Amino acid sequence: MKPETIINFTHHQSAHCENGVVSNLMKHNGFSVSEPMVFGIGSGLLFCYIPILKVNHAPVITYRALPGHIFKKFAKRTGVKMKREKFSNPKEAKARLDENLEKNNPVGLQVGVYNLLYFPDEYRFHFNAHNMVVYGKQDGRYLISDPVMEDVTSLSEKELEKVRFAKGAFAPKGHMYYPISFPEKLDLEEAIVKGIKDTCKAMLAPVPIVGVKGIYKIARLIRKWPKQKGIKTANHYLGQVVRMQEEIGTGGGGFRYIYAAFLQESGKLLGNEKLIELSKEMTEIGDLWRDFALEASRIYKNRSAQTDSYNKVANQLDHIADLEKVFFKKLKKAI
Amino acid sequence: MKKKEVPQDKSNLESANFRELCYAVDENGEYTTENSSGWEPKTVALNNAIEEINERIEDAKNRVMKGESSPIEYYMELHKMDVGILASYVGFWQWKVKRHFKPSVFKKLSDTTLNKYAETFDISVDELKSLSLEV
Repeated sequence: MKPETIINFTHHQSAHCENGVVSNLMKHNGFSVSEPMVFGIGSGLLFCYIPILKVNHAPVITYRALPGHIFKKFAKRTGVKMKREKFSNPKEAKARLDENLEKNNPVGLQVGVYNLLYFPDEYRFHFNAHNMVVYGKQDGRYLISDPVMEDVTSLSEKELEKVRFAKGAFAPKGHMYYPISFPEKLDLEEAIVKGIKDTCKAMLAPVPIVGVKGIYKIARLIRKWPKQKGIKTANHYLGQVVRMQEEIGTGGGGFRYIYAAFLQESGKLLGNEKLIELSKEMTEIGDLWRDFALEASRIYKNRSAQTDSYNKVANQLDHIADLEKVFFKKLKKAI
Repeated sequence: MKKKEVPQDKSNLESANFRELCYAVDENGEYTTENSSGWEPKTVALNNAIEEINERIEDAKNRVMKGESSPIEYYMELHKMDVGILASYVGFWQWKVKRHFKPSVFKKLSDTTLNKYAETFDISVDELKSLSLEV
């Protein structure tokens, strides 16, 4: 390939990588779609406890849909066609990337975080569902627009290969994707309704580990942890819950604020006052998630051992679950 | 969360010179975004997790020194991996990796096998072996 290819691509920072890549690629192709819009239409909001999986030796809770799902659902609901490719051979993966760059086509990549050298050390875990856009190559380095970063950055050929072929859960296998065709007019209205309905269904699902029921479940577990696992492990687990909730990419409050932003934007677009009201309610629920994180941090910060304090944060979660139960029923009716 | 309440605490993000994006409402109740340099509750959670990992590394090192485990376990912990992740990097079954933790088995490993581990940990085979030789 030519020694230098730089595609005229505008980097916009986003809270979350997957929404951010979609939003930035859409904007690059002339469709102004905000990050919350991608998140809402793609039914990104969720709560799920995954008992069979452990990360950093602690249980996993996710506040968002599985990696790749937001993307898939957004594309399907808006009628955007995506091309996705995975590779077993790193050389082939690199060749296809170079080919696209030469055609002036910025592409999205799924990568592992552990070897992303521009991240602070403390944030480099074996998490394989990070997303970025490659928009060019200069002096042998790939030009990277990582949506969670404030500015663009770059990686050497070897560094990029390493993150594209990271191993473990959700191994990216060189996964590369980009939009190939767009509808004549982007019909967001219908897509919004579909996205909201799907989220309500998931959050109210009759499954003990998903949605509102999943929140009750975690509250019950938190009450048990100190007795069952000992204070040290209980605190480690509790810390992980807070980290998953407030990790970079959630926009704060376990994605509840991004979702509230989506409801506000949708309410205006659809002329639906109820959605705007519900946006305010979601913001308040987001604040309660933040209060829960703050209270939980007091426990693991002081390593205080009173069972009482675990019960207190569990009560907070029960209260949030009560509110979200009512909230998603109202939301379902509002559209 | 109000825009002016977006926390600006000191955090580990500083070392990489970036601030994350948060969503918040402005004075008119309109949603907007604001950068955050960090929030203490999550910085503490992250620091505790790092501390936990460091304890695991130290523990693994001690066991290697005492001849109870092989350097493979130490390097696995050092790279924040668990057996599942390490197994997928080297391409062995998990039980096989666990067997390689036994010092007696480790001693007899072929260079090809050792090399797979060394490559994964980004070190030389000699470096991989030398941790146990210090005993």
